[in-house]
Amino acid sequence: MVSQLTTSERQYALVTLLLLGLGGLAMAAMGRGDPIAVHGYIVLLFAIGLSFVVMAGYYAPEPDKERLSRYYDDPTRVGIVLSIAWAVVGMFVGVWVAALLAWPDLTFDQAWASFGRLRPVHTSGVIFGFGGNALIATSFHVLQRTTRARLPGQFAPWFVLLGYNLFCVVAASGYLIGVTQSKEYAEPEWYADIWLVVVWVTYFLIYLRTLARRKEPHIYVANWYYMAFILVVAMLHIVNNIAVPISWGSAKSYSVYSGVQDAMVQWWYGHNAVAFFLTAGFLGMMYYYMPKRAGRPIFSYRLSIISFWGITFFYMWAGSHHLHYTALPQWVQTLGMTFSVMLLVPSWASAGNALATLNGAWHKVRDDATLRFMMVAAVFYGLSTFEGSFMAIRPVNSLSHYTDWTVGHVHAGALGWVAMITFGSIYALVPWMWKREAMYSPKLIEVHFWLALSGTIVYVFAMWNSGIIQGLMWRTYNESGSLTYSFIDSLVAMHPYYIARAFGGLLFLLGAIVAAYNVWMTIRQSKLEAAQGKEDADIPLFARDAVQAGE
Amino acid sequence: MDFDHDTLVALSKSWGLFYLLAMSAAVMVYALWPSNRKRFTHAKMSILDNDDKPLE
Repeated sequence: MVSQLTTSERQYALVTLLLLGLGGLAMAAMGRGDPIAVHGYIVLLFAIGLSFVVMAGYYAPEPDKERLSRYYDDPTRVGIVLSIAWAVVGMFVGVWVAALLAWPDLTFDQAWASFGRLRPVHTSGVIFGFGGNALIATSFHVLQRTTRARLPGQFAPWFVLLGYNLFCVVAASGYLIGVTQSKEYAEPEWYADIWLVVVWVTYFLIYLRTLARRKEPHIYVANWYYMAFILVVAMLHIVNNIAVPISWGSAKSYSVYSGVQDAMVQWWYGHNAVAFFLTAGFLGMMYYYMPKRAGRPIFSYRLSIISFWGITFFYMWAGSHHLHYTALPQWVQTLGMTFSVMLLVPSWASAGNALATLNGAWHKVRDDATLRFMMVAAVFYGLSTFEGSFMAIRPVNSLSHYTDWTVGHVHAGALGWVAMITFGSIYALVPWMWKREAMYSPKLIEVHFWLALSGTIVYVFAMWNSGIIQGLMWRTYNESGSLTYSFIDSLVAMHPYYIARAFGGLLFLLGAIVAAYNVWMTIRQSKLEAAQGKEDADIPLFARDAVQAGE
Repeated sequence: MDFDHDTLVALSKSWGLFYLLAMSAAVMVYALWPSNRKRFTHAKMSILDNDDKPLE
């Protein structure tokens, strides 16, 4: 992989790693007994480890000019492998926290294994680790194919991919040692946040620079979604994380917002993270890989444009539905509720557009589990956006809020939509990236599909039942006007559902492990054949390098 | 000018509505403009092209 970088790019890499290492050292030195010191050492180790990789390949011959007539896919390959690895880790922790709710002793009396610390490892692991890496990997692929232009440089994509993973590692390790700013989905502390801004701005610049070099006059709609994802996430992340650290040597910081403003900023961030991280980017994926895999153009391009602007501008206002019946002014709650209901229009336009694209290709959906992943993703996208609009209505929210119904809703979206479209896209992309006809085992894709679908359904039904029972128990009064059930009564009633949910999650995790094996074997096959010299001369280099990165 | 809570409420309740209406009208016009059809059709077909190389 390093051999594909020019000498000056190798130098850039070493200088960047040197600066990063010094930054880590400074954190370690200034932090002393503070948790920030632990992160300093992690950053330092990361920088040293990567510099060894760069130095090992430093004296390799310069890559030939020929490479400029191909797309630059090395970061995409590594991104896919990282994404799958994070999926397995993040989902494993997910099953663990699910089991903790049913069997609380599974913390083994360790502080780091308590629910409050493991849960963000799960959420960040799957959203940022699995989802984020998949978004970065596919966005580089889609961007180049749809603009018919190669990425402008070879250093910046690596900086984005590896820098982003450093952020993920710092985030996850921080939770285990108790570092959090207690903002949901924005838990990492100030230094990690600043680092992510640098990485993210670089990511956006790669996008702009590639678009500036584009050979296609019109920018394909998938890129609009990816760009909205990058731009809005930058904006959300910066505004929500403005905080003042108590000193340079401390991990702890305080948000500049307080009270209900803090809550509003957090949920403006939180809901738009769902909108732009978990929806816009993955719609970009869908608008490229689904038509490509089905061999049919998107049903209506015009509809895709209209729904793009609808989604982009409606979502911005929906966040306040997380704060119904709070100190937030009533009209702001109503505004959030109204926009959430309106959102159903562009959301269903996208879901319908995707399903209509498959019209005429249903026989492929039947035979091809990869395309079926994408189809089911579109169905779940339609279902969970309907459910979301419904739950945002204030009286409905009075029943659903703070119950497992919310958890079920999130997982209908995260498992049914986000993970399904990602697995579908990865199964489509891996054979293209490693120059194979198909994945190692189509049977295993089939196995994964059914594990994923049944896991999602078990999970979501368990949480629907549990959530509605919970909500009803909390609002049942007896004749004298006091609550019929104590909180502990509702907890006991949840127990069977928590077991069912952990089982559903386990099925989904097993599916992800099957996917990891399938991807790994596909890469290995590609490497083996390359080693036996079955293919033309310039491909083995790619394949050999890519596999090393995955391992 | 005093820029307080009421000012913001008034702004969002009046202009907030109009700029969103204006924007959705602009999007509809762009998406449905007849001469854009050719460009959109080209875009949606172009991704199905299997030539996996950057254009010179």
